[in-house]
Amino acid sequence: MATIDYPLDRPRAVEKEFSFSETLYKWVATVDHKRLGLMYIVSSIIFFVIAGLEATVIRTQLIFPNLHVVDPDTYNRLFTMHGTTMVFLVGMPFIAGFANYLVPLMIGARDMAFPRLNAFGFWIFLFGGLLLYFSYIGGGGLGGSGSAPDVGWFAYAPLTERAFSRGHATDYWILGILVSGIGSIASAINVIVTTISMRCPGMTLTKMPMFVWTMLVDSWLIVIALPPLTAAQIMLLLDRYLGANFFNTQKGGSAVLWQHFFWIFGHPEVYILIFLAFACLNEVVPVFSRKPIFGRQAMVGALVAIGFISLGVWAHHMFSVGMTSWSNTFFAASTVLVGVPTGIKIFNWTATMYGGKLRMTVPMLFCCAFLLQFLCAGLTGIMLGMAPFDWQLTDSYFVVAHFHYTLAGGLVFGIFAGLYYWYPKVTGRMFNEKWGKWHFWLFVIGFNLTFLPQHMAGFLGMPRRIYTYPAGRGWELWNFLSSCGVPFQLAAILFFAVNFVYSARKGEPAGDDPWDAWTLEWATTSPPPEYNFEKLPVVRSSRPLWDLKHPQDPDWKYNQ
Amino acid sequence: MNPYSLLAFLQVQASNLPERKIANMFRPLASPGESEKQVALLTFAITGAIFVVVGGLIVYTIARFRSRPGDDLRQEPPQVYGSNQIEVAWTIIPILIVFVLIGVTARVVAGVQNASPPKTTTHVTVIGHQWWWEVQYPDYGITTANEVHIPFSLDGAQATYFMLQSMDVAHSFWVPQLSGKTDVIPNRDNYLWMNPKAAGYYYGNCAEYCGTQHANMQIRLVAEPPEDFKKWTLNQQTKANEASEAAQDKAVFLSLSCVNCHMVGGTTAIGKFGPDLTHLMSRREIGGGVIENNRKNLRAWVNDPQGIKPGCLMPSLKLTDRELDQVVAYLETLK
Repeated sequence: MATIDYPLDRPRAVEKEFSFSETLYKWVATVDHKRLGLMYIVSSIIFFVIAGLEATVIRTQLIFPNLHVVDPDTYNRLFTMHGTTMVFLVGMPFIAGFANYLVPLMIGARDMAFPRLNAFGFWIFLFGGLLLYFSYIGGGGLGGSGSAPDVGWFAYAPLTERAFSRGHATDYWILGILVSGIGSIASAINVIVTTISMRCPGMTLTKMPMFVWTMLVDSWLIVIALPPLTAAQIMLLLDRYLGANFFNTQKGGSAVLWQHFFWIFGHPEVYILIFLAFACLNEVVPVFSRKPIFGRQAMVGALVAIGFISLGVWAHHMFSVGMTSWSNTFFAASTVLVGVPTGIKIFNWTATMYGGKLRMTVPMLFCCAFLLQFLCAGLTGIMLGMAPFDWQLTDSYFVVAHFHYTLAGGLVFGIFAGLYYWYPKVTGRMFNEKWGKWHFWLFVIGFNLTFLPQHMAGFLGMPRRIYTYPAGRGWELWNFLSSCGVPFQLAAILFFAVNFVYSARKGEPAGDDPWDAWTLEWATTSPPPEYNFEKLPVVRSSRPLWDLKHPQDPDWKYNQ
Repeated sequence: MNPYSLLAFLQVQASNLPERKIANMFRPLASPGESEKQVALLTFAITGAIFVVVGGLIVYTIARFRSRPGDDLRQEPPQVYGSNQIEVAWTIIPILIVFVLIGVTARVVAGVQNASPPKTTTHVTVIGHQWWWEVQYPDYGITTANEVHIPFSLDGAQATYFMLQSMDVAHSFWVPQLSGKTDVIPNRDNYLWMNPKAAGYYYGNCAEYCGTQHANMQIRLVAEPPEDFKKWTLNQQTKANEASEAAQDKAVFLSLSCVNCHMVGGTTAIGKFGPDLTHLMSRREIGGGVIENNRKNLRAWVNDPQGIKPGCLMPSLKLTDRELDQVVAYLETLK
């Protein structure tokens, strides 16, 4: 494939050596969406490794019954920090990172709508993350020793009240998340405004890349869903310091109220997270199937439908709190209903692949594994949505298995697909394909070995969040198998990290468009210059580069 | 009947109960668990079919359309943009499936939640504490801990209704073979019922994270024949044993701060913060299921509960060896 000059010849960035302090200043003071995006992604990866190591300790503790590698308090802190980190300091900034880096490039814009807000969002997120981890030093309060929060990532009241959570660990949890949430909202508003007002000429909403569509809906969900959490956290702070007693059951507050507030945020949140994987698949699957996405309008419709329904399913986390049978039935119904648009998405990706010419590159492998694992996650989700079955399953290891199939087997696989797919664009160099495949296969084996057996432990009555378990309850084998998956995952991540660091310097030069792709980010240099496009492109369909490469057979003739 | 022979008889009975350590939710032995299993099986059938069809399609697509070495990479496949008929088909079919699932859910939810208590019902109030269970029988005036005794009958006619309350934080009451879980939430009365259809010593757990020792907030549920249950209640209603040979040990116990938290019926020990000890030795385990209840363990527990269940709310009292022996000797009389 010859290189295409589109929309006009690109000047190459001048190679200039910068001193360390100059480089540092450039990164710290930057308002460039690509640098900010990259900083988001790198911090996410670092937090991902930290949270992964926390999980490693957890699985080490559970490999045999009655094992006491760490004491109960430490264990409880580990799972709290693991969950909190993965959701708020890995998932959320990955969304902001991908959206920041790619949305302007994909819609042919020079930057985000609010570059400084963007920089503010990143730094406040990072500050929130560091604040959370600072609890290890300062959580005990002045004079007390440090301790991280140990209330679980959903921090059920009244365990978080001062009567049961002394010191400042819970305050660090509240403030860290609250502050980093401000960053997420800033970034989401930025994405919405950018998408709506800065698309290049010709790019109507119907021609906007599916990645950008997904990020648009995702950002709306963030803007709608995060404020309830922030509000609830402020209420909790008022409880802890000003005697407000919203959730303080010792003085007549309501524990269930917190659960409602938390899950009104918490359930849309998991869709917010998984949308990032959807966004990556929407780009990766068509390009490596060599076909346009199947049923584009249905895909957008399903996206909006998921977003909408996801706002009305929150209490399926609460089937066991003793709601009325009517409430339980309503939330069970809305929960299984969300399976319909989610199913449509899986069907459409499969149909995109059907009849194509699948190039089994590393990003595509991650997409294929995503489809199968996310299918499992969806089906176990239906089981959990059936309220009577949920009375048994909720808060058991089955739930742990289910949401790791969603967020690890789904989201993390989708993120890896995206990371490998856009790596050549960001670094200008190709990653090592062989190491990438090692990463993929080790991760598939490790992930499934870790989380498949946990379904069985759940069926046998093993509750989640226990720091140890006795022998003889039938849980030994499943926990042992589960822990055996961990080294595979660690090795996989090692391959990933070495590959990405090494290839950024020593990889083969990638060229502008190594995948023969179709969206605008591939029409500029790799890495793109600060201004992205010297001249703003004009598009006529959702696959502008396809039109350019196939002048006899452009998309706009058939579609849109 | 002499209370001692009754007790001996009871202990034999209790040890004859089948252990139900493997709390497999697919071997339910009570109506709620059975209807939950029915829902589960139906869901398995439907989701299993979906998995086979959709998963098969994905695998087939990957295998069939994988590009092979030697393929002409410049040759693009036919560009297909979509098909409204197909979209409609794979929207309608899942909606139909969803309606079936919702219908089943609604029926079972109503059946389990709105069931009304039969006339011969046992009422039990279970109160969650960090990290043990207080168990009260309002109809019998009994308070005990961690080990819930209820009657069973083969036809499921012996139903027990639980009122669930919490003293501190949220817990969840879960005995998988009998029923799904119901949360135990402070400032709120929750209800749960079960009608065991088999005798047994059932294992369960607190299923809502409730702090440091959530793992060792275990539940033991003893489902026994109604006559044995009756005998158990009679024994539990008696005051603490007043055997004269233990008088000196008793005095030591009552002089220590144990009494601030523990109750021993008929004595000056009237603490309410910890488990009721009036019939401590009728229970198989101590510390919320963390160790078996025998002389050696009991001594170790009283000596250093923090070493056995770190973080639990019982302090190590630093008793002398002699005090320890006397306290344990007294506790052993509480049958």
